[in-house]
Amino acid sequence: MSRHLLSAADLDADEATAVLDTAAEMANVAGREVKKLPTLRGRTVVNLFYEDSTRTRISFEAAAKRLSADVINFSAKGSSVAKGESLKDTALTLQAMGADAVVIRHGASGAPHRLADWVDGSVINAGDGTHEHPTQALLDAYTMRARLGRLAGLKVAIVGDVLHSRVARSNVLLLHTLGAHVTLVAPPTLLPVGVGAWPADTSFDLDAVLPSSDVVMMLRVQRERMGDSFFPSVREYSRRYGLDGARMRQLPAHAIVMHPGPMIRGMEIAPEVADSPRSTITEQVTNGVSVRMAVLYLLLGGMNQ
Amino acid sequence: MTFLIKGVSLLGGEPTDLLLRDGVVAEAGTGVSAAGAQVIDADGLVALPGLVDLHTHLREPGREDAETVETGSRAAALGGYTAVCAMANTEPVADTAGVVEQVWRLGRRAGLVDVQPVGAVTVGLRGEHLAELGAMATSAAAVRIFSDDGHCVSDPRLMRRALEYVQAFDGTVAQHAEEPRLTENAQMHEGEISARLGLTGWPAVAEEAIIARDVLLAEHVGARLHICHVSTAGSVEILRAAKARGVRVSAEVTPHHLLLTDERTTTYDPVFKVNPPLRTGADVAALRQAVADGVIDAIATDHAPHTVEDKECEWAYARPGMLGLQTALPVALEVFGQQWDLIAERMSRAPARLAGLDGHGRHPATGEPANLTLVDPTARVSVDATAQASRSRNTPFARMTLPGRVVATFLRGEPTVLDGKASR
Repeated sequence: MSRHLLSAADLDADEATAVLDTAAEMANVAGREVKKLPTLRGRTVVNLFYEDSTRTRISFEAAAKRLSADVINFSAKGSSVAKGESLKDTALTLQAMGADAVVIRHGASGAPHRLADWVDGSVINAGDGTHEHPTQALLDAYTMRARLGRLAGLKVAIVGDVLHSRVARSNVLLLHTLGAHVTLVAPPTLLPVGVGAWPADTSFDLDAVLPSSDVVMMLRVQRERMGDSFFPSVREYSRRYGLDGARMRQLPAHAIVMHPGPMIRGMEIAPEVADSPRSTITEQVTNGVSVRMAVLYLLLGGMNQ
Repeated sequence: MTFLIKGVSLLGGEPTDLLLRDGVVAEAGTGVSAAGAQVIDADGLVALPGLVDLHTHLREPGREDAETVETGSRAAALGGYTAVCAMANTEPVADTAGVVEQVWRLGRRAGLVDVQPVGAVTVGLRGEHLAELGAMATSAAAVRIFSDDGHCVSDPRLMRRALEYVQAFDGTVAQHAEEPRLTENAQMHEGEISARLGLTGWPAVAEEAIIARDVLLAEHVGARLHICHVSTAGSVEILRAAKARGVRVSAEVTPHHLLLTDERTTTYDPVFKVNPPLRTGADVAALRQAVADGVIDAIATDHAPHTVEDKECEWAYARPGMLGLQTALPVALEVFGQQWDLIAERMSRAPARLAGLDGHGRHPATGEPANLTLVDPTARVSVDATAQASRSRNTPFARMTLPGRVVATFLRGEPTVLDGKASR
């Protein structure tokens, strides 16, 4: 693996599979009485979060701690960042503290790429603007493989606000690398101009896609998109692109329903679906810790083993 | 001081001697001699009329940390320029006779190039009310070009009025063509790369829609219109059709839009962030063709200095803009080769005509003002961002090796650059 994980495209098929296999081993640790490995003892992992994201931050924090790393949480609120410190100066500070890895969540696309120019340690992209969220894609792939036994040849529908979704971008890249077939389903306003160059099909018709899907991944749709005329109303969006019980029953019997969270019940997903046995939503959270352990291990520890 | 330039090639022609005295070319020919003149051996050098930039941001007053009239003038002289048009988006905005006269005086004091202020079209660049255009025209700065550059005059009625009004003093409105509702939060060209990078797109149509509207307005009222920094193939086609109909429209393109594409954005390094954004290879090809066939009249730098802190940050937070004065001629030579007459036309004669700068853009013949630059066409220079005369270092051409080196620049017979160094 290269030094950083900035994009899902940084991983080739062998590397991505190695992350998933390592994550499976890490998952065994979670079942033990003592959930800790000594692998990263003495290493420092900084969680640098410019956006509030409790679930991602604690997932990375748990992953680092289970590998015995020292964890520093650096949140933008109430810190030097709130006082106007630039990303570069923050980077130099972290560098001076000897951070071995920096996990960064940032509202601006590409911020992790900038950070990687300024620190010697590994940079892990924990979500940047509307660009990518590679560990989310890895945990999604892990979850699909765990439930369905394979990734190659799977038909995955990703439904919702693709335009603004870092989850969609990373999933398209990673699933393509691993041999799955992605169809993006959204109203035309929520697909980016230029999406034709992505290794994925597109559709405006959810009902046409569902019967042949092994996986349906619902994306969060923010209400404020309505104000920008991406769609006329929540009700209309929900009718055309929401996953309710009737739609769920169009899926093949084995198909699963995923959501990266936080979900908006009644908007893109009905409670009946979110709570059904097909739903993997809580498994995704559990798997997130294992996958992030694997990423930290391979980026930081793996090279020394 | 009298200078005798020996054996220079005028626009690539046969070696010629030029005697510069009292601000003019006193003699041009072969075997010229003059007692007491400082002789410059120009063997192998090419003489061009001093370059004229229609589009420069000198940042003074207001952002002297990024550039001053003096540092920008020095960068211009080193780039072979003898005149630059200073854009109005300073702080305070150049929307009154007082501010344009201040910029004009600072230019005179620096004395390295003629600084011709551009006046704002609307008060504060806010696009609501016309600035006192007539007062700026009759001021000491004698403003002829008006532009809200950085902002589009997007209100069609206000644009129509501006086009009409400036005819009273032979003015031109230079439009920054950008439909603002189509570019809210826009970060880069909208296309395959913006989709991949998750950066909000700046669609080509946002430029083309305004140009189409404005050529129709100019046609309707019979006014002159200039389009700043044309960046798309679609814009070229609209301009081509308008010119064929006889609309009085002129256009400029920047060196960076002639050389670089949106592929540069993939590093997220904001040194490549500019407005309008870098476009696709197909756009670059269309712009080059338009320069060659005259649909685009001028190459203009849009020299836009920014401080390190405004560029060494996240892409979305960075200010748009690139340095251009010291690299424009090398980029033009890289793109068009040694087509000296084309380069002189697009970088000196046409912009001088459009800006109404009578002493510039003249062939260095006997009796003409001695505004010229001497270029070594065989040199190849690696661009060093830290060695720019500008106070800023945001050049997108850093580490590129480009052809051509300005050896000397003369402003009314006095050297502003000699041996590749600024005279002051």
